[in-house]
Amino acid sequence: MALEAQDWAAVWLTLKLAATVTVLLLCVGTPLAWWLARTRSRLRGVVSALVAMPLVLPPTVLGFYLLVLMGPNGPVGGLTQALGLGLLPFTFQGLVLGSLIYSMPFVVQPIQNAIEAIGARPLEVAATLRARPWDSFWTVVVPLARPGFLTAAVLGFAHTVGEFGVVLMIGGNIPGQTRVVSVQIFDRVEAFEYAHAHWLAGSMVAFSFLVLLILYTVNPDARRRAA
Amino acid sequence: MKKLGILLVLAGLVAQAHADEVKVAVAANFAAPMQKIAQAFETASGHKAVVSVGSTGSIYAQIRNGAPFEVFLAADDETPAKLESEGAGVKGSRFTYAVGKLALWSATPGLVDAKGEVLRQGNFRKLAIANPKTAPYGAAGVEVMRKLGLADALAPRIVQGESIAQAWQFVSTGNAELGFVALSQIWQDGALKGGSAWIVPESDYTPIRQDAILLAKGEGKPAAQALMGFLKGDAARAVIQSYGYAH
Repeated sequence: MALEAQDWAAVWLTLKLAATVTVLLLCVGTPLAWWLARTRSRLRGVVSALVAMPLVLPPTVLGFYLLVLMGPNGPVGGLTQALGLGLLPFTFQGLVLGSLIYSMPFVVQPIQNAIEAIGARPLEVAATLRARPWDSFWTVVVPLARPGFLTAAVLGFAHTVGEFGVVLMIGGNIPGQTRVVSVQIFDRVEAFEYAHAHWLAGSMVAFSFLVLLILYTVNPDARRRAA
Repeated sequence: MKKLGILLVLAGLVAQAHADEVKVAVAANFAAPMQKIAQAFETASGHKAVVSVGSTGSIYAQIRNGAPFEVFLAADDETPAKLESEGAGVKGSRFTYAVGKLALWSATPGLVDAKGEVLRQGNFRKLAIANPKTAPYGAAGVEVMRKLGLADALAPRIVQGESIAQAWQFVSTGNAELGFVALSQIWQDGALKGGSAWIVPESDYTPIRQDAILLAKGEGKPAAQALMGFLKGDAARAVIQSYGYAH
C-alpha cells in the first residue's frame, strides 16, 4: 500500500515549495548577505537581528501575524488586493512568502559568513586589476564563497521541507496547494492512520539524514559556516 | 505579626493539599463555556480543573497514547463510546453534557442571510470548515453541504482548520468570508456576538451529541468524579445553555 495519491501530492507540493523558496532566497539573500558582510552602516545590527529572528520565534507567532497581516484587514492583504493579486492565505504564493521569511536566516547566514571569510583583500586586488564590482562578484566572490552558497541552498531547501507551524496556521490544508508533507503527516496521525503516517514520517527521517550527510561529506566545514 | 504570616502560609498549604487537580481534555467548540464552568467548579468544590483544548480526533489519539487526561468532554458521542470499549474510559460514566448546534458564520454583518442562501449565491471566496476527518463539526458541515447538493460546487473554496477553533479563526480574521463553526463560538447570553449567521436547522445534520467520559486515569480520583457530577448540575447547565447548546 505504501503511499496513496494524496500523500504523493503532498510530497510533490513540498518539493515544489522548497525549490521555489530556495531559488528566491538565493536571489534575495545573496545581496543581503553581501551588504551585511561589508557594510559599516549602523543599521547592520538591526538588519542582522531581523534576519535571524525566525530562528528564535515560535512558528506560531510568524503564522499568526502572517494570517493577520495578509488578511483582508491587514496591510499586506490590502496591498495584494490593490495590486489585483487577491489574498495570500490559503494559497501556494502565501506559503512561499511565509517560507521566505521562515527560512531566510538559513540562507543569508552561511553566505554572509563565507563572504566575510574572503575578506576585503581579494576584492581590492581585483579592483586594482580594473575588475568592476559586478565582475569581481562573479569571478572572485562566487568561486571563493561556493561552499557557503552550497550550504545556504541545502539548508534553505531542507528547512522549508521541514516547515510545519507556519503552514498549519496560514495554509488551510488544501490538497495540491497548501497541504505539504508535514501537514499530511499530522492529518494521518490525527486520523489514527499510523501506517501511512509511518511511511511519510520515515521518508522524512531518511531524507533529512541523507541531505545533511551529503552536505557534510561534500562540504566538511559546512557546520562551522552555518553556525 | 510574623507568626501570623507563617500561620497563613501553612493554612494555605493545608488547603491546597485537600484541593486536587483534575486534568480535562475539551473539544475546541466547548473551550469558552468550559472556562466559565472551571471557574465555578473551583469556587464550588475547591478543586482545580486544568483544561486542554483540541479537536476530538487529536485528543482521542493523545489519550490512546498515554495522555494524562482524567476527564474528556468530546464533540461527539462516538469517540467516548470507542474509548470505553477500548478500556481507556470508565464503563457507565458516559453522559451527554450538551447537544451542539452548527452555524454558518461570517464576521461581516449582513453577508450570511437567515436561510443560508449565500452558499448558493456564491459571492464569497473561501469557506472554512474544521477537518471533517477529525472534528465532528467539520463532518456536520460537509453533511449540510451534501444535503444542499453543493458539496462538489463548494469543494474548491473550502479551507480546513485542524479544529473548529481554527475554522473560527480563519473566519474571524476575514481570511475566509464564511465558515461552518459551532454556535457556541459565536453565541453568548442568547445573542450573536457579531457578524452574521445562519443557524443551520438541526434536521439538516446528524445531531451533535457531545458526551463526557471519565477516563481510566481519573478513576477513583475525587476531583475527577466531582467534575463529572458538577457538569450534570444546574450551575453548569445554565452556562452550557447560555452558549446556545441544546439539551
